[in-house]
Amino acid sequence: MNNILEVHNVVKRYAQHTALNDVSINVPKGVIFGLLGPNGAGKTSLIRIINQITAPDEGYVLFDGKKLHPEHIRQIGYLPEERGLYKKMKVGEQLLYLAQLKGLTEKQAMEKLKEWFIKFDIKTWWTKNVEDLSKGMQQKIQFVATVLHEPQLIILDEPFSGFDPINANLIKDEILELKKKGTTIIFSTHRMESVEELCDNVALINKSHKVLDGPKKEIKEQFKTHTYSAEYLGDLSGEFEDFDVLNTIEVEDNYKKSTLKLKPEVPVNRLVRQLIDKIELRTFGENIPSMNDIFIASVNEVPQ
Amino acid sequence: MKNILLVLKREYLTRVRKKSFIVMTILGPLLIGAFYGIIGWTAMSSISLKKIEVIDQSNLFNGKFKNTEELNYTFSGEKLDDAKKRFSKSGFDALVHIPQDIMTNPKGVKIFSEKSLSIELQSGIEKNIEREIETIKLTEAGITPKVLEDAKMNVSTQTISLSADGEKSNSSVAATVIGYICAFLIYITVFIFGVQVMRSVMEEKTSRIVEVIISSIKPFELMMGKILGVAMVGLTQFALWILLTFAITTAATSLFGEKFAGSPEQRLEQVKKMPQAQEIEKQVAKETKGGGVYGKVMSAVQTLPWVTILVCFMFYFLGGYLLYSALFGAIGSAVDSETDVQQFMFPITMPIIFSIAIAQFVIREPDGALAFWTSMIPFTSPIIMMVRIPFGVPAWQIILSMTLLTGGFIGTTWLAARIYRVGILMFGKKPTFKEIGKWIFYKG
Repeated sequence: MNNILEVHNVVKRYAQHTALNDVSINVPKGVIFGLLGPNGAGKTSLIRIINQITAPDEGYVLFDGKKLHPEHIRQIGYLPEERGLYKKMKVGEQLLYLAQLKGLTEKQAMEKLKEWFIKFDIKTWWTKNVEDLSKGMQQKIQFVATVLHEPQLIILDEPFSGFDPINANLIKDEILELKKKGTTIIFSTHRMESVEELCDNVALINKSHKVLDGPKKEIKEQFKTHTYSAEYLGDLSGEFEDFDVLNTIEVEDNYKKSTLKLKPEVPVNRLVRQLIDKIELRTFGENIPSMNDIFIASVNEVPQ
Repeated sequence: MKNILLVLKREYLTRVRKKSFIVMTILGPLLIGAFYGIIGWTAMSSISLKKIEVIDQSNLFNGKFKNTEELNYTFSGEKLDDAKKRFSKSGFDALVHIPQDIMTNPKGVKIFSEKSLSIELQSGIEKNIEREIETIKLTEAGITPKVLEDAKMNVSTQTISLSADGEKSNSSVAATVIGYICAFLIYITVFIFGVQVMRSVMEEKTSRIVEVIISSIKPFELMMGKILGVAMVGLTQFALWILLTFAITTAATSLFGEKFAGSPEQRLEQVKKMPQAQEIEKQVAKETKGGGVYGKVMSAVQTLPWVTILVCFMFYFLGGYLLYSALFGAIGSAVDSETDVQQFMFPITMPIIFSIAIAQFVIREPDGALAFWTSMIPFTSPIIMMVRIPFGVPAWQIILSMTLLTGGFIGTTWLAARIYRVGILMFGKKPTFKEIGKWIFYKG
């Protein structure tokens, strides 16, 4: 089975509205998967269904080829967007408790905790009360709690919110390391830079429907405008045989920046040769849509 | 099941380790002991000596008033007007004037004082006069004081319960007291521990840890673990209290037992002067033989069916707690804040409050219809049945009541679980009872 998770035609209704409407998604094993969408789109509902906190009204979910089953809870780690800890409990005791709830024995949990505490260099926190830690420290603890039982699938809902850049980097490195070990990671976020940087696959849910789904590269291909951007000294006014100048703006130091559209069937190198004949080129590149652009474009489209 | 035990263990340990638990454990019996100690002490020593000057113009009572610990009579031959003028400097607390014609006009006695007299003082003086007049009249009729003494017989009734097993003497006084104590204990503890469950649920919601937990275990397991964990804390608290109280009272009896038993007449005097306790204490004093009042009460209390009482107490505490804590947990899950939960607390606690209110009626008629039905309905039975048990309840009634209570708490637990699993993830809404009712039917 190549997909760690398969969501088939899931429908979830609440009293007032439908949260998920015929949503199907495949998550391949070992990738970092971005689950995107505006607020209220249905992401959290889907995540709760995967975690078996709620069940779908229609459709089903397969985990590693088998229908979702309580046994799978141990194979999944979940860091909710609204995440908390027992304030008056000690850090070590609490992590042991949470690990045991996920199915580890006390002994196993202790071993793994020791590893993580050494890795994050937080040995002194073991006996502290959670309420004595800063927010950033608490979030590190929460992250450890999520991954401690070495699950096959980790779901992170807005994992970077509230982290300063240094800790955000720390988490990012951990995510990449987990991926190297074969863990699949789904993360749901609004921060498109992290999606840009980390995700292999993405899916976008808008108004309870799935709007996009697939490898990031392919989706970017889909949204390509086939335009190029050039920064230069000189002047590009006038008509050209192989391309159109869509717009030009002034940037600092007398440089200009233009968006150029290639005429069909024209290879890029021809464009470049023509440019360097006319102007002093500083930068040149294809306009590949950013995830931010894609998000906005998708969400603004009126769905069927 | 394993998950319920994990949660139970956490809930139990976090509470038992708290300083407040240890303090309450030690404080509870100490407070009760101190309470009784203070009552006994004040009864014995608080009343100060009052000096009374008596001007007896009939000359019938001269020197015949007995001086007690609290009242000292001094007969004076002064004229009334002089005595009245001198009164404020005289050092007496009151001035009694008995007119010459007291035998024909018994209402002629006047008591003068600066401050108003206590009822006890007044009745003490009146009794003294009455007694003397009685003696005088009887003597005139030819009956000597000795004949009078012999005529006084102390009649006391002993209540005996008649059953197939034979006769067992019991004490309706002790039964009343124990009944009340048990009822109150259950009332208070169901409240205290039930509210602890509610607070815990609310804390988990506010700190948002609940979503982390229920991605690992089912909401039902979390709720049950919590309810059972707090139940264990309650039972531990009780066990410790019983042990401590036992230890303290054993120590107290050996230290103070003699002091209490020493002067029965003294004790009786004190006790008579507490008007509230008069009736009950008279009964107790007459009922038992030997020893002081303390010893008498203890032996009366020993005739009660203690094993039944203790076993039933444990059962009804557990049953009542389980029934109500499930409901407390449910309303805790439905709200977002402390203030919102108040509106739900009242309807839920109404049956308990009602039970305490009608307890006095049940005591008057432990086998009446009101008593029977309220000791069967699961919402009121924990308190009312405990009130009835010291008076003796047929075994079949106890068993029926217990069965219904068991059914009751299974029912409320099921209901609460269905509300809980929706409520803990619901934020921002201010639910009404109607809304919560809908949650019961949401699919899992």
